[in-house]
Amino acid sequence: MHLLVAQFSNWGTIILMMIGLYVVVARGNLIKKLVGLSIFQTSVYLLYIGPAKVFGGTAAIISPSFSVYANPLPHVLILTAIVVGVATLALGLALVVRINAAYGSIEEDEIIERERDE
Amino acid sequence: MIVAALAMARLRNLFGVVIIGSIYSFLMALALFMLDAADVSMTEAAVGAGVSTVLLLGTLYLTKISEAPPMRFSVAPLAASIVTGCVLLYGVSGLPEYGDPKSPIHMHVAPDYIKGVLPQTGVPNAVTAVLASYRGYDTLGETTVIFTAGLGVLLLLAGLRKERTRKRERRS
Amino acid sequence: MMHREVIPRVVVKLLLPFILLFGLYVQFHGELGPGGGFQAGVIIAAAVILYGIVFGLSAAKRVAPPALVHTMMPLGVLVFASVGVAGLLAGGNYLDYFVLDPDKVHGQERGIFWVEIGVLISVSGTMTSIYYAFSSRPD
Repeated sequence: MHLLVAQFSNWGTIILMMIGLYVVVARGNLIKKLVGLSIFQTSVYLLYIGPAKVFGGTAAIISPSFSVYANPLPHVLILTAIVVGVATLALGLALVVRINAAYGSIEEDEIIERERDE
Repeated sequence: MIVAALAMARLRNLFGVVIIGSIYSFLMALALFMLDAADVSMTEAAVGAGVSTVLLLGTLYLTKISEAPPMRFSVAPLAASIVTGCVLLYGVSGLPEYGDPKSPIHMHVAPDYIKGVLPQTGVPNAVTAVLASYRGYDTLGETTVIFTAGLGVLLLLAGLRKERTRKRERRS
Repeated sequence: MMHREVIPRVVVKLLLPFILLFGLYVQFHGELGPGGGFQAGVIIAAAVILYGIVFGLSAAKRVAPPALVHTMMPLGVLVFASVGVAGLLAGGNYLDYFVLDPDKVHGQERGIFWVEIGVLISVSGTMTSIYYAFSSRPD
């Protein structure tokens, strides 16, 4: 039990990560896959920012009234990761739109069938 | 949040998936805020609940709204996910405890940044100072990545519009 | 199009200046509080997108013409890179801020200010361009 409480942010992260992974691998709809990928990405954000918190600390803005701060370095990395993630999502969705225009469907198995027929 | 993620995985109607995705991003922003990450929370709220939802809705507008039912239920992905999850849980149990101020992550570079931010850059927001000054190269690369992604989307979708107007002209 | 729905139109017209103001506030106050270039860029792009959703794509394109928005994307990267070159010209390494001004700390503040503006231009331009690209009409 003590292990669960001490690690609950990590456990939550891993459960979310596995849900995202399952959606990417098991669902055939391309948009669903991209949504699963973004769930996976957000779980990674939690994975980095969870350890950055310090008990009794505050947000990393230096001010004379506080002395303990959360670690700013993971915040910087994740800031970059969030924006790059949305850029990737935009590119992926643009690809899905093109695939739909070319094959008429966004289901993985229908696309494979159509490609085999050509 | 886990409930929202599970709902997104099971829902067949893609429009519902996108809306729950927006709620999920908002919950994620709340969680990040409670973890003392103010900048990250603001960015996740703006990007996840705002721009991501708009993009997904735009894609749904251009394609279909619901997902076809799965052909057959295969055990392999579910088993692989569960096994990977268990292995990761075992590996994660070795990490330092939540909120411990003496964990190695806080020991090396971070105290130098926190101490040096105000005297060296005059900017109280440690995250902005690290992002723009101490790790400025990474931010340059990131801005280039955003630009490249926008360029890619424009290239992919501009040809589509010309194709569509050509098709419409041929039909009429 | 939402020609008959009065409430969204009125509310959005009232809200938009505040959203833009908040975006600018987040950008310039990003050094003293949470915020900075990325957040502000996305907020400003969200204001334009909101205008486009409620008032129609052509109205949004009149306010923020596609040519301007497509130019803003690389312009931000250019601003960022030229701050680095300015560091080179003033005698330091690439992207050194402290050579930009006789007082070291002031040079850092200047460098950070211009770099964040570059990020703002690039991010808002890209998000709005992507929105324009995605909202073409289907047949």
